[in-house]
Amino acid sequence: MQKVGIVEVAQSAGTESPLSLMEFTYKPVKEVLDKVGLKRDEVDMYILASTDVFHSGMSCANAFDWDASGAFMKPASREEGDAITAFVYGCMPIMEGRYDTVLVVGLIKGSENPENDTLTSFVADPFYSRPVGIQETTAAAMQMRLYLQRYGITEEQCAKVVAKNLGNALFNPYAHIKKRVSVDDVLNSERICDPLKALECAPKSEGVCAMLLASEEKAKKLTDKPVWFKGWGSSMDTFYLGDRDLLDTQLKTAAASAYKMAGVSNPRKEIDVAEICEPYAFQELLWCEQLGLCAQGQGGKLVDSGVTQITGDLPVNPSGGVLAMNPYVARGLYRVAEATLQIKGKAGEHQVDGKVNTALAHSTYGFCGQWQGVVILGG
Amino acid sequence: MAEQKEKPRKVASMGMVPYEMALGPTWTRFFEGFKEKKILGTKCRKCGRILVPARPFCPRCFEPMEEWVEVAQEGTVVTWSYVNYTYFGVTPDMIPVIGATIKLDGVDCGTGMWTQIGGFDIKDFELVTKKVKVGAKVRAVWRRKRQGNFRDIDYWKIIE
Repeated sequence: MQKVGIVEVAQSAGTESPLSLMEFTYKPVKEVLDKVGLKRDEVDMYILASTDVFHSGMSCANAFDWDASGAFMKPASREEGDAITAFVYGCMPIMEGRYDTVLVVGLIKGSENPENDTLTSFVADPFYSRPVGIQETTAAAMQMRLYLQRYGITEEQCAKVVAKNLGNALFNPYAHIKKRVSVDDVLNSERICDPLKALECAPKSEGVCAMLLASEEKAKKLTDKPVWFKGWGSSMDTFYLGDRDLLDTQLKTAAASAYKMAGVSNPRKEIDVAEICEPYAFQELLWCEQLGLCAQGQGGKLVDSGVTQITGDLPVNPSGGVLAMNPYVARGLYRVAEATLQIKGKAGEHQVDGKVNTALAHSTYGFCGQWQGVVILGG
Repeated sequence: MAEQKEKPRKVASMGMVPYEMALGPTWTRFFEGFKEKKILGTKCRKCGRILVPARPFCPRCFEPMEEWVEVAQEGTVVTWSYVNYTYFGVTPDMIPVIGATIKLDGVDCGTGMWTQIGGFDIKDFELVTKKVKVGAKVRAVWRRKRQGNFRDIDYWKIIE
């Protein structure tokens, strides 16, 4: 099996852009190709992640995505789940030895469509769940209530995640939300879906992320600091919330699989930085537990200890995470891109203090984290 | 991309297209039960679990679920959320709503989220926090006129 190196990444900022989706997608793709010195037709394969219908509204991915990403007249495929899987699909033909270079692009313009809550209500089944109005936020609030009650996690501990992540986002040029908030600001924000407060919910953002992957030999030619793909795991739970224990998600399975492939035996010690997908603040704490970064029920103590601060021993979401930047569908590739920048030492003002050898990128989608995926990268 | 003086424009778009989705025999029977004020589940012959809503097959064992059972109309609240905000498709007259997952007595899973708690002034949040608790006992309250869909259960009443 061939090694896969991440050669270069480019991101667009999350604030509303007047560019069309086509122009908006073109820019980061062009940036990556120019940085690396490749022409679009010199890339062996393209994998895209975008959304055709609800989160795009135009239902015409074929009209824009291929031209804008440079992918036409090349082997190419597009997926609708989360862009972190597009990253993995991009690694596969290189691991197999079939291709030397793959360009992965996740693209969305969140400003162009209605609220995420409107759109995710269409994710629910049309017979039982959709008519009563379930969507990701109402489901997350039910998960949060269980989390608070079962483990004695406090609302204040959840609010600390927002203060931390939005604080970090002030130093990330691509983050969407640039606003310093205190724990009290979060606790006093509107209780839109008790126990969830407005400031604990991610925004919806623009976001195109482009990333060039290459075989070991090619990667070493194209960059002096490739970042290596080390491991991957994913798992999908059943849809019905009633069939699941909402605090026992498939993230444990996904993480175990990724750690095994990467040879990580003690994630708390071996992982230097984690970029975690936390569309709702409490989920960062719950996901940290299920990733094995702390014991079950200890997510609150983890954030209290300060260890997940950008200056801490295990920084979580130094980029500001999804609470600061939520380009639905593309957000998983942003996590991989940010983990890559941390290993390269090129995260700029939000670069963590210590040397980063191993980084974790996580993404999730569906009600209460129905789908979970974990990527491990190494320097 | 060349420089230009005009402010880039936007184009408004609204999509409305009809769909017609098959409910299938299992879910048709489940909702027909509602007309007679019955909540029906299916039992897996392999693992023995009773699931509601009824399923054509056991998701775990992946075997057909052919045995129908009428289940209790009382259960306990597993978890709940208090939806009190608007977004496109949800207008002020539609809120607040108390969404809940309810585990019916004798059933081996929760109800998912086709359930709403009511029967008292749910606009009074103080009252809600006093009455609605994880573990609270609830009972289904049926509408007088039933049409064989999820609306036939008007709400779930807190009984304890």
